[in-house]
Amino acid sequence: MDNVASVGKAHAVEAHAHHHEEELSFLRKYVFSVDHKWIGIQYGITSLLFLLFGFSLMMIMRWQLAFPGRPIPLIGPYLGEANAPGGIMLPEFYNQLGAMHGTIMVFMGVVPLAVGAFGNFVVPLQIGAPDMAFPKLNMLSYWAYFVGGVVMLSSFFVPGGAANSGWTSYAPLSVLATQGQTWWLVGMIFLITSSLLGALNFIVTIIQLRAPGLTWMRLPFFVWAQLVTAFLLLLAFPPLEAAGVLQLMDRLAHTSFFLPSGLVVGNKPLEISGGGSPLLWQHLFWFLAHPEVYVLILPAMGIVAEIIANNTRKPLWGYKAMVYSVIFLGFMSFAVWAHHMFFTGMGTVISAFFQTTTMIISIPSVIILSALFLSLYGASIRFTTPMLFALAFLPMFGIGGLTGLPLGLASSDIPLHDTYYVIGHFHYVVAPGTLMALFGGIYFWFPKATGRTMNDLLGKIHFWGSFVCINGVFMPMFIQGLAGVNRRLYDGGMQYAHAKDVLHWNTFMSYSAWGLAFFQIFFIINFFWSMKAGRKVSDNVWSATTLEWAAAPSPPPHGNFLTPPAVFRGPYEYSVPGHEADYLPQNQPTKA
Amino acid sequence: MQIPYTVEARPDTGLPNPKLGIWLFLASEVMLFGALFSSYILLRVSAPAWPHGYQELNVPLATLNTVVLIASSVTMVMSWAQLKMHNLARARMYLWLTVTLALVFLVVKFFEYGSHFAAGEYPEHSTFLAIYFTLTGLHGLHVLGGVIVNSYLAGPGAAMWRTEPEQYTNRVEVAGLYWHFVDLVWIFLFPALYLL
Amino acid sequence: MSGSGGEDIKHHVKVYKAVFTGLMVATVITVGVSYMRLAVLLAVTVAMIVATVKGSLVAAYFMHLKSEKPAIFWLLMLTASFWVLLMFIPVLMHLDSFEIQAQR
Repeated sequence: MDNVASVGKAHAVEAHAHHHEEELSFLRKYVFSVDHKWIGIQYGITSLLFLLFGFSLMMIMRWQLAFPGRPIPLIGPYLGEANAPGGIMLPEFYNQLGAMHGTIMVFMGVVPLAVGAFGNFVVPLQIGAPDMAFPKLNMLSYWAYFVGGVVMLSSFFVPGGAANSGWTSYAPLSVLATQGQTWWLVGMIFLITSSLLGALNFIVTIIQLRAPGLTWMRLPFFVWAQLVTAFLLLLAFPPLEAAGVLQLMDRLAHTSFFLPSGLVVGNKPLEISGGGSPLLWQHLFWFLAHPEVYVLILPAMGIVAEIIANNTRKPLWGYKAMVYSVIFLGFMSFAVWAHHMFFTGMGTVISAFFQTTTMIISIPSVIILSALFLSLYGASIRFTTPMLFALAFLPMFGIGGLTGLPLGLASSDIPLHDTYYVIGHFHYVVAPGTLMALFGGIYFWFPKATGRTMNDLLGKIHFWGSFVCINGVFMPMFIQGLAGVNRRLYDGGMQYAHAKDVLHWNTFMSYSAWGLAFFQIFFIINFFWSMKAGRKVSDNVWSATTLEWAAAPSPPPHGNFLTPPAVFRGPYEYSVPGHEADYLPQNQPTKA
Repeated sequence: MQIPYTVEARPDTGLPNPKLGIWLFLASEVMLFGALFSSYILLRVSAPAWPHGYQELNVPLATLNTVVLIASSVTMVMSWAQLKMHNLARARMYLWLTVTLALVFLVVKFFEYGSHFAAGEYPEHSTFLAIYFTLTGLHGLHVLGGVIVNSYLAGPGAAMWRTEPEQYTNRVEVAGLYWHFVDLVWIFLFPALYLL
Repeated sequence: MSGSGGEDIKHHVKVYKAVFTGLMVATVITVGVSYMRLAVLLAVTVAMIVATVKGSLVAAYFMHLKSEKPAIFWLLMLTASFWVLLMFIPVLMHLDSFEIQAQR
């Protein structure tokens, strides 16, 4: 009863708020907005730009890998004498590009897009809420992210350039590195704070603001995925924040948290107190970074689940199993981190512990992927553009996941650790995996945000071109890795005899990468053109069952719903026997 | 537009939004200080030699600080209790008392740090000093944060009592939860650094 | 909300004063024990037990955890389980490492 009363009050106040909206200044409406939909779009545009920038860094690196020592065309002269004299990349610059590519893609690109953009825009709509639980905090989270991003990008312009110790910033190298590393640490503190505050907001919103009748087992899987993701961010990020503070202390206050005794640099012993532990950094870093990879994949699985249910016109197979799996996965993700540290002198007991937990954690992933595959059986598949991306996600994530298994067992990890095999493994999960799912999500929810669809032909060209090229970039990495080519080599392995036979793949991968870039042009044109001139469509263009489609206009107004929704059934009531339409929205009242 | 359950509790969870929010924030703070404690343990266990806290640090001064901080937790919860009894004036008095005790804590810390620096004991000189300064420094920043929030609530923020008394009471309760957590961290920090 | 009537609050205030006394006693104990200069393992155990008792009093009574909703309690249990992993695994790894085994 209380819900109805306060929701009714909200409705009355909402009509009043409409009046006030016209009076909001440009700053309050578009810069410091507290509306989750606009904040979601801010996150979306910013993260897509950062993704493009991070991708560009890699494209420059791929020139060096394919044609080591040759001047970089077009932009070579503008990279600066400190980075590329005569247009030829210096190893120091390669290392900056490598470290920043990883950092930007993970922390400024994929997570803000998957969680900040999709989470913010879709979750309140899917649960029937007028906004997030703490709208002002939401706005602050976006701006903390923005500031962190600016700090990170600015680091390219300081003496010595950007951070260059890998995205993993291992000590003691990172402690001794140039000024850019300090900027990296400061940038990370802003980014982490943004994520923490955002995660808090998501959890409170999902627990507290679900519409009447929206019980836990009626939640769209996307919301479950975002809930678990938020818990991962909330509880796993603080140790990295602590580690960042400790590394800042080492760099600025000359402490020795991560510096062991007896360190000699350039033939001179370092004047430090010593007694620190480089392994401590690795523990604190990976305690976050392992759950972080689940942060990268879970929202994507959620998006794929929504698109598949909608485009197969049948309920997801094994919804309950998927929910229990995603919860178990979240919990286990805190207990596997040292599988990134098998070669740090670990004893057999602890090694066995982490191998076991790592094998166990593959089970829920397989359950979720299998359930999504099984959902296709007996389906009436609509091959819309979002569905193409969602379908591609399945085998791509499969390859990524399966190639992780030899890495999770210490003995098979011996020849593979720190080779291109690892790079191939994690990119398959994030690039052909998550990124393709995110693109699918953009095509899927674009009509909700704008009231127009994106162009289908351009979308399909974008999909096929990207799908072929992205496999061309990452599949050969397994070949190179198995041959023993190390990662983070600025010349692509040219100096090593054992790499001789597989080096030619570098050119193939580079052309694939540049091809991949070419096909993104279709997406960029489609995205901006459709905003202005895309075909106008109905509020529920996909004939979907979930609340964002069935209960809110496209685009939704401030406050989201003209009448507050109530929920009567589960999220995927498609092709219900006896019902004329092939879908039954969550908010449609049951006939008496 | 109003967000539901900002002040009143949602029936099935029994919680208003800010209360759930602050507990989640405190959970993340447990992980933050936990990471630093974990670092302290690892550094100490793997060190060939490590001084006893009572050899390097001022135990009487820190004991005083412990009493001061615990007292401030009492005054904080008393402030909330006064608001539940609809006595704004006494509630504000207890809030200002909390702020005063917190400032006493910070002043004592200032002198403590000062005497270390005067003796040439800086974080860079040993891992013991490094972790001591970092742990107490981060804790001190949290005390400062609490001082700012509580001063606002005791001062200009108290204007909310006239229009939204229940929301103001909740705000003081939420700030109190944060403040007790700061006290809790010190309750562990004190023996871990000073007495062992 | 936890307790609203005037009588209820007066009872709460009694509890707060009792808890404060308990915390003071525990502080005296923990400082006193430290002057006994016990062996490291024993000293750590006693200190942590006393700290846990003090912390539990603050959490249960000042933070009203005793009368709080189960959701909050379980959130804290979840956090505690991750905190345990974070506290003990790095040390266990150090103790089980080649470095230490070579010394034995």
